[in-house]
Amino acid sequence: MSAIIKGETGDWEIVIGMEVHAQITANSKLFSGAATDFGSAPNSQVSLVDAAMPGMLPVLNEYCVEQAVRTGLGLNAQINLHSVFERKNYFYPDLPQGYQISQFLHPIVGKGVIEIDLPNGETKEIGITRLHLEQDAGKSIHDQHPSKSFVDLNRSGCALMEIVSEPDLRGPEEASAYLTKLRMILRYLETCDGNLEEGSMRADVNVSVRKPGGELGTRCEIKNVNSIKAVQMAIEYESTRQVEIIENGGSIKQETRLWDPTKGETRSMRSKEEAHDYRYFPDPDLLPLIVEQSFVDELKKTLPELPDQKKHRFMQTYGLGVYDASVLIMERSRANFYEEAAAGHDAKIVANWVINELLGALNKDGKTLEESQVTAKQLGALVGLISDQTISGKIAKDVFAEMIDSGKDPAAIVEEKGLKQVTDTGAIEKIVDEVIAENPDNVAAYKGGKDKLFGFFVGQVMKKSGGKANPDMVNDLLKKKLN
Amino acid sequence: MTSKLLSMTVTETLTGLKNKEFSATELTKAHIEQMEACRSLNAMITETPEQALAEAAQSDERIAKGEMRELEAIPMAMKDLFCTKGVRTTAASHILENFIPTYESTVSQKLKDAGTITIGKTNLDEFAMGGANITSYFGPVENPWKSKTAPEKKLVPGGSSGGSAAAVAAGMSMLATGTDTGGSTRQPASFCGIVGVKPTYGRCSRWGIIAFASSLDQAGAFARNVEDSALMLKVMAGHDAKDSTSARHEVPDFAALMKQDIKGLKIGIPKEYRVDGMPQDVLDIWNKGAEMLKSAGAEIVEISLPHTKYAVPTYYIVAPAEASSNLARYDGVRYGLREEGKDLQEMYENTRAAGFGAEVKRRIMIGTYCLSAGYYDAYYTKAQRIRRLISNDFAAAFEKCDAILTPTAPSSAFAIGENSDDPIKMYLGDVFTIPASLAGLPGISVPAGLDDQGLPLGLQIIGRAWDEVTMFRTAFALEQAVAFSAQPELIKVA
Repeated sequence: MSAIIKGETGDWEIVIGMEVHAQITANSKLFSGAATDFGSAPNSQVSLVDAAMPGMLPVLNEYCVEQAVRTGLGLNAQINLHSVFERKNYFYPDLPQGYQISQFLHPIVGKGVIEIDLPNGETKEIGITRLHLEQDAGKSIHDQHPSKSFVDLNRSGCALMEIVSEPDLRGPEEASAYLTKLRMILRYLETCDGNLEEGSMRADVNVSVRKPGGELGTRCEIKNVNSIKAVQMAIEYESTRQVEIIENGGSIKQETRLWDPTKGETRSMRSKEEAHDYRYFPDPDLLPLIVEQSFVDELKKTLPELPDQKKHRFMQTYGLGVYDASVLIMERSRANFYEEAAAGHDAKIVANWVINELLGALNKDGKTLEESQVTAKQLGALVGLISDQTISGKIAKDVFAEMIDSGKDPAAIVEEKGLKQVTDTGAIEKIVDEVIAENPDNVAAYKGGKDKLFGFFVGQVMKKSGGKANPDMVNDLLKKKLN
Repeated sequence: MTSKLLSMTVTETLTGLKNKEFSATELTKAHIEQMEACRSLNAMITETPEQALAEAAQSDERIAKGEMRELEAIPMAMKDLFCTKGVRTTAASHILENFIPTYESTVSQKLKDAGTITIGKTNLDEFAMGGANITSYFGPVENPWKSKTAPEKKLVPGGSSGGSAAAVAAGMSMLATGTDTGGSTRQPASFCGIVGVKPTYGRCSRWGIIAFASSLDQAGAFARNVEDSALMLKVMAGHDAKDSTSARHEVPDFAALMKQDIKGLKIGIPKEYRVDGMPQDVLDIWNKGAEMLKSAGAEIVEISLPHTKYAVPTYYIVAPAEASSNLARYDGVRYGLREEGKDLQEMYENTRAAGFGAEVKRRIMIGTYCLSAGYYDAYYTKAQRIRRLISNDFAAAFEKCDAILTPTAPSSAFAIGENSDDPIKMYLGDVFTIPASLAGLPGISVPAGLDDQGLPLGLQIIGRAWDEVTMFRTAFALEQAVAFSAQPELIKVA
């Protein structure tokens, strides 16, 4: 599905903005010393501050500030040296203080921009509106008791970054590309593990439709979209719903809608009129957050190479196409693996092997790159064996299959199994002669003009040599003998 | 012996203990007995005599070993807004009636570590919201002082730290903690004829003190003389990593530094504090105080604090706004009172309707209103701007003077029941203490005389931020000159 919906009254453009909540990778919470491990026993990681006991006060975790600034730099965004924590007031059982400490008027990170990679190989710049720091709430559990709800405060107070995009995204594919790239950047920076299933990265999607190039339409905010697939499905459903309403003479109400993954639909959660009045005001327990420019500069120096920089470098240095480069930089570990494997070898062939063979094989086995039996050096060595004509590309695939199982060095496998390519002209010539002698009819047909039979002779020679004959030499000799 | 033990200064007490004139246990027992004899004042919410006696025994061991601490065995009353580990802490509210903290506030821990012995948790206005100690869920506190003209009337001790002020005035404890948000330590000190000090905002940690209005709340100290209050504040003060608003300033030895004379100090008299309808007695005592400081060598200068008249309305926007948010945590979910309902919303409503008293509800509603969409700029934003102007007023005034002398309160103690139907009138009782609170400045109330009913009146000295030393110095000079010796008729231990 593209960015355009063909309606009865013509084309409609889908306009999307995203609010992504990313849990900061940190050992302790934003304003307390409690631990943040996922999956611990309920209420085992709750300090007096997190439970909002009387008289407790928040103390800002400086590491979380560092992580937010690092992320801001990774989003090519402005770092605001002066920012303010405010209280967002509302009652809910998993919000112990009765307010969430967040940033409102003065976020720590301002405008930025990231580049997304579209499936057609093109790229597009997406504006970042802001990034702010805030506390996470706890979790209400409703399915443990017929009439009561339980509350788990382990997550209460964990540090979140809310990253808001401009409404620059058009259609589900771009939304998906944006989330993918954002997740990649966060993982490169090690500021968020980007784990959508565990909820350490969550997206709210703002969707509206308009006539192409026209005024922005009224938007609906969709919550509870917990995977990239769900984001795409929710956008498809929601934009179609909006077009149908408008084309039937209705209008869109600004509201918050909930994505129902089992029914595959969005439904109204609360209207604009029912929206909370959060009564934001500066948190008097916390002083304004002042960050020194020198602190930002120091962090800038320690920033890793980011995905887009890496992608461009791979294209230039290794002569890769945009697709291969994009696949290789998807994870920092993958890019590192590739570079290690490519060192001293044909980088383009190594790229093919990493992408098509290694990742394919790992994917089939349900393994990650970290669990791979084949090391980067071994894969590089395998490509080396192809390049110096020790083995053919075809044999290399057999060697690789063995490497995946055993983790052995490719040279050892070639040696052990005697797979070394035959480059002895005499030996190959002998086989060529045999094949010609055994197939007089085909020789006659070939000579009579059936050029296509050449492939048959190559196949027969290779077969007889156990695949080890050097294909170029086979070609040359056959041509010489048949013509 | 007993009455002597109940009327000594801290320094005399420490000397007496050291010289074995009496033991820590005897000292503690005398105060516990006085506390029991004074129960009719309703100054205590929770008495802790067993714990006090156990600590006294430990103090005696230390004294025997020559390991006395700074305030060894000094009897203390703790405002029931300070969380105390294992001892019920109520904030004088039904909603926390049975709340027992698992932690100790920083200030009470520091006092404990210095050797003080807490005999009980004192009554207060509910969540420190009030100026007369009449909003407590546990009933009003009675001032130990009686009016000469109407001795049958029970008088308020001031508020919100009324129980602490009454306890010190009645000889139940030598020292007591207070908190001061808009005058809650200074005003009851004035009403009860004792010394009450609020330090610079950020001087003491707020960690473990149940919050009312975070940008204004400070711990305070009550004593029967300036030196004792200075000794106590030194122990309470200091940076605490657990409170982001506590400052990294050195804590001077206030008591040692306050004893130099005040020759050449410039004392400011703000002309805007001569408010309409102020009783003549208050004006007279203020003028007399200024004269005394002049005689002691200070120069009296008139100063102007032009935004004074906006201070009370500003305070009654800022403080309730913060309170409305600070008190949101009392929701019946995790601790404290819970009144069940048919659903979550009803549980919240039932719990908070039953748990909070009328004054607390009033302030939560005012605060919620001021922060609401559409009203925020007109109230909260504007109040913050005026707060800045008030701070600027003081900054300009302190270019011309070193300390400011004002009355602490516009009246002496009034009868329980008076003013209680008129919140505005009650709020105006803080007219002289609120400006310094909004500016975060230190202030102290020193007993300066009696009015025509024979009731004590205090004078307030406001210092520059972090300059409690000059404030104490001026207060000490005033105390010497006034030589205030009046006492309420102490309830005798049977």
